[in-house]
Amino acid sequence: MNKLTHIIRSELKSLMRGKWVMGYGLIFLALTDVLLRFGGGGPETLLSLSNVMLLFIPLVGMIYGILYIYQSREFVELLLTQPIARNTLYWGLYLGISIPLMSAFVIGSLLPLIWHGIFVLDVGSTVLVLGLGAVLTLIFVSLGFVLGLAFYDDRIKGFGFTIVIWLFMAILYDGLILFLVFLLGDYPLDKFVIIVSMLNPIDLARIMVMLEFDISALMGYTGAVFNRFFGSSYGVITAAAMLVVWLVIPMWSGLNVFSKKDF
Amino acid sequence: MIEIKNLKKSFGKLEVLKGINLDIPSGQATGIVGPNGAGKTTLIKSLLGLTKPSSGEIYVNGTKLNGNFDYRRDIGYMPQVARYPENMKVNELLTFIRGLRDQDAVFEQDLIDQFNLGPELDKMLRNLSGGNRQKVGATLAMMFDPQILFFDEPTAGLDPRASHRFKQRVQTEKSNGKTIIITSHIMSELEQLVDHVIFVLDGNVRYYGTMDNLLIESDETRLESAIAKLMEHPVEVAI
Repeated sequence: MNKLTHIIRSELKSLMRGKWVMGYGLIFLALTDVLLRFGGGGPETLLSLSNVMLLFIPLVGMIYGILYIYQSREFVELLLTQPIARNTLYWGLYLGISIPLMSAFVIGSLLPLIWHGIFVLDVGSTVLVLGLGAVLTLIFVSLGFVLGLAFYDDRIKGFGFTIVIWLFMAILYDGLILFLVFLLGDYPLDKFVIIVSMLNPIDLARIMVMLEFDISALMGYTGAVFNRFFGSSYGVITAAAMLVVWLVIPMWSGLNVFSKKDF
Repeated sequence: MIEIKNLKKSFGKLEVLKGINLDIPSGQATGIVGPNGAGKTTLIKSLLGLTKPSSGEIYVNGTKLNGNFDYRRDIGYMPQVARYPENMKVNELLTFIRGLRDQDAVFEQDLIDQFNLGPELDKMLRNLSGGNRQKVGATLAMMFDPQILFFDEPTAGLDPRASHRFKQRVQTEKSNGKTIIITSHIMSELEQLVDHVIFVLDGNVRYYGTMDNLLIESDETRLESAIAKLMEHPVEVAI
């Protein structure tokens, strides 16, 4: 445990100095502030923030995770020759880079919400949106880790898959489902749509935002079906449970690949 | 003491190590040589636990390697390529590794003085020259006074003065009874530092013995020509 916190602290310090993470936090700070000043404030701001978050966080998280693996290759190999268990090292590196990224988003978005007084008005929704951003960060940094470890010697392929996975999950997914529904419109498809929504963490997060703000029409077809089928509270619980599954799978597979890998 | 029994390693269909058997006693200084792609790096990585054997067994000081890590308390490793986190200072890196190893860094100051790293300690690692980064690597490898030392192409980026100091240090470690394993393509360097040679070719050990014996058997006066001869006619002088 001591060694784990030792690694996390050292990574944190090194990252904070990089200013990169600070810039990322400042982007969310500026964005939220501008949205609050010009967007009318209140739920609309949180919704706009969610839309940016749902697109932006998965991409940044994955790129960040995979870049870390590629840039720190020799260093990670040196650390692996020290008397330390591989899983301790994995958690140390993973948490050491995902915690600062997560904090940058949460703090950057939270500060304007506090000073414009939105946070006190709508604590529940704010916590939900920021919490979802935090969970998405954890999921996609570990996906980046998995991709970096899987394509350890082939960076082009690693980055290629990262972009394709992001495009697919963040942009194309909802459209593809809509297309399938349009194509197979004569059949009862509710269960199918619910199942496929669960297979994409970004869709899950989108559905949770949608259920929270009760604006199914704005958030795509999958959201509408989800809303109708589950009703609000049950829907949120199911989507949250699925997000936890999504959190565990990439982390676990990353750990698994890291422990078995030949470096 | 390092024992390797029938070590095999394949990456997919590519068989890199084809049944290596070696006994390296404590206190011996050994050079590993062989052409590029012969399996030297894979052999060293297997000993360090970076690569897991497909079959066969490795024992380091009596401990069988099976994913455990405590045996690495006795090992110091200086990698060929020294790249560290950019936004870390040299002394922070030393502190970081000290915290990971939880061992007494008995030779830290000694090595910093010897390699003249004092003025570099407060610099960011990204601002260090390649040679200075190598010196940091050498310091990390030796500062905990481990029983076994691995050096992978150690003097490749060092200037003559640093290279000389490094060799002096290795000689000291050798006279202190350390087990030293060096891979290098610079044969004259090996002549100075080691007295045993392991010649690896196509995933097999083709020669393992004293350097003197190799020179006699190959009828050469220099290690370089003896190794060149071994590469061309591997069977003639094989053990």
